[in-house]
Amino acid sequence: MTTTTASDDRSSGAADARTRAAERVLVLEAGWAERHYWLDLWAYRELFAILAWRDLAVRYKQTVIGAAWAIIRPFLTMLIFTVIFGRLAKMPTEGHTPYPLLVFAGMLPWFLFSTILSDASASLVGNANLIGKVYFPRLIVPAATIAVALVDFAITFALMLLMMAYFHFMPDWRILFLPFFVLLAVLASLGPSLLMTALNVKYRDFRYVIPFVLQFGLYVSPVGFASKAVPEQWRLLYNLNPAVGVIDGFRWCLLGGQAHLYMPGFLASLGVVAIMLWVGVAYFRKTERTFADLL
Amino acid sequence: MGRDVVIRAEGLGKNFIIGHQAERESYVALRDVIARNARNLWRTTTDVLKGRPSIEGDELEEFWALRDVSFEVERGEVVGVIGRNGAGKSTLLKVLSRITEPTEGRVEIRGRVASLLEVGTGFHPELTGRENIYLNGAVLGMTHGEIRRKFDEIIAFAEVERFLDTPVKRYSSGMYVRLAFAVAAHLEPEILIVDEVLAVGDAEFQKKCLGKMGEVAGEGRTVVFVSHNMGSVAQLCASAILLVKGRVDYVGSSTEVISRYTASGRRSPDAEGSNALYVRDSSHKVREGAILRATMLDRAGRPVSFVESDAPVTFRVTAVSVLDDAPLTIFIVLRDQLGRTLAKFESDPRRHPLAFEAGQASLECRIDNLPLLAGEYRFGVALAQSRSHIIDYQEDVATFSVLAAASDPRVAMSPWAEGSLAIRHDWVTPERGDLARPAAE
Repeated sequence: MTTTTASDDRSSGAADARTRAAERVLVLEAGWAERHYWLDLWAYRELFAILAWRDLAVRYKQTVIGAAWAIIRPFLTMLIFTVIFGRLAKMPTEGHTPYPLLVFAGMLPWFLFSTILSDASASLVGNANLIGKVYFPRLIVPAATIAVALVDFAITFALMLLMMAYFHFMPDWRILFLPFFVLLAVLASLGPSLLMTALNVKYRDFRYVIPFVLQFGLYVSPVGFASKAVPEQWRLLYNLNPAVGVIDGFRWCLLGGQAHLYMPGFLASLGVVAIMLWVGVAYFRKTERTFADLL
Repeated sequence: MGRDVVIRAEGLGKNFIIGHQAERESYVALRDVIARNARNLWRTTTDVLKGRPSIEGDELEEFWALRDVSFEVERGEVVGVIGRNGAGKSTLLKVLSRITEPTEGRVEIRGRVASLLEVGTGFHPELTGRENIYLNGAVLGMTHGEIRRKFDEIIAFAEVERFLDTPVKRYSSGMYVRLAFAVAAHLEPEILIVDEVLAVGDAEFQKKCLGKMGEVAGEGRTVVFVSHNMGSVAQLCASAILLVKGRVDYVGSSTEVISRYTASGRRSPDAEGSNALYVRDSSHKVREGAILRATMLDRAGRPVSFVESDAPVTFRVTAVSVLDDAPLTIFIVLRDQLGRTLAKFESDPRRHPLAFEAGQASLECRIDNLPLLAGEYRFGVALAQSRSHIIDYQEDVATFSVLAAASDPRVAMSPWAEGSLAIRHDWVTPERGDLARPAAE
């Protein structure tokens, strides 16, 4: 589709007045880009794919053990959390789920969330050379980092399936809802990422915020324990952390009916995700025009 | 209807806010410091919340990098944009290529635009040559299918077939630039916006760029070309826009605009100083002697930084020396951009002694017609007592431009000209009798 329109465009360069009239007219003035935002984004989808592919290619070229990182990191974290929360603190599990599976089901969305947050936040500054030299909708850059995070997620998910086989644990029909929760995890991380990456362009100190938030968030979010460990009267408040809703959702669909979804809390998390996404996109769009001047 | 305008800029303006540090009071009260910091903190916070870029400094000032810029470019036209540093050339280019939005005014562009502000934008050192071709192509706006179609052409142009699957970080800088340019050269937009990309790479590469751009122009494509190199502007562009302090100063034929541009430099009071090829940094100590200044003068005796091909030119050199009774010689060396020496002029101290007055002496080297093709050349100058005793040698201290001679068709003017020499010549069809003679022998 793209290739045909593009080549039509090109051949009309030397062509007759008929095609000339149909030529694309581009107007550059203050605020024009604003009004054609989403259309423009769609027009640049091919660049988005290429940038996502580049991030992937580079990621696995520069590492020695490549994809193994996507396994080692969550696996070791899972072991530690199982020992600390499961054995030492004797936290309750969901139903009769083996504790390692409980932890791993929480780890999946958490690592997806944290990878996107840290990669996307650094993305604009990391691509400063591109932004200063060519035009494209800037949203493409942070969005392209999602691809790498999703590939890592797929690898980690394969490990999850292996672990389920090891524990002879059978997920049920709820696993069909997994894509929805993956999307939710992506959206939940995209909002704050967009905000952070935009702020990072001018104020480089925001890059120190992310590792701190992630380190903090790993313990504040129910990654190493089940969220039902939180006292009933605090649960709604606890769910204002969007990661809580996402993690609960993952456990609900992966742990085959052992974990229950606390609906009011889940809806609260959804609301927070939506608000943060809106704030992130709005702030990004507002500042994106000045990125080239600041980088 | 007649005119077919593809770029129309109307009242274009772009401003930046810059901050100044207010003058510090002679004594600083802690109270003032706290008050000022509190004020700045408040401003920064509101800026962050409103998504405005925050500015350092106590006083804010608006700075218009571009103001009231209006012009039109017709289909197939090749327009040069010239101006001094800070005149707004780069800002204009960034606005035209959508990298930044204008603050006021508007531009209408008809057709597919590609802008080339740099060669090799987006190249990733870890990726192979093949991968970078796809990446760079996409960044410049080519579609995947388009790149695949031109892939063989691109690698043939770049001459890197053997290293296609090697990461570009292992490329020599020459290979890197060739590959980067090969991708850019195969862009086929209707409108091409080019920055001083010719500044990178060696002279051969610059020639290749110019040749390719000449082809682009020949194919009826519209080109907007920004350059400091008056030679290439004159060579490529029929018309030009002169920017002065963010405003359009003049629009006209490129030769007109270039002469206006260089004339504007002459109006300054210290004309010879500002237009000199070389002026000695006065902070350096002079031992035996030194070259103080070197200036290039046109036929009217005005200091210039460019000359026309085949035009008369004078190099005036001023020297200082404590050895004022020794026989001193002045050398001038002209080289091409590859560093190949084209000519060396050497004064004979017996015939042209340096006449020192108050420790300074000048000598002029007059050339009836400088037989150089349009391009950039390097200038070097030296003061010596003998061949083995060089007092001061300023090697390749300046670059000057030679423009194509507009008036004389006997001097080669083709943009595809090669070599360095502009030799006056004519092509003649020989008479029949002349042709027959060698065969008869």
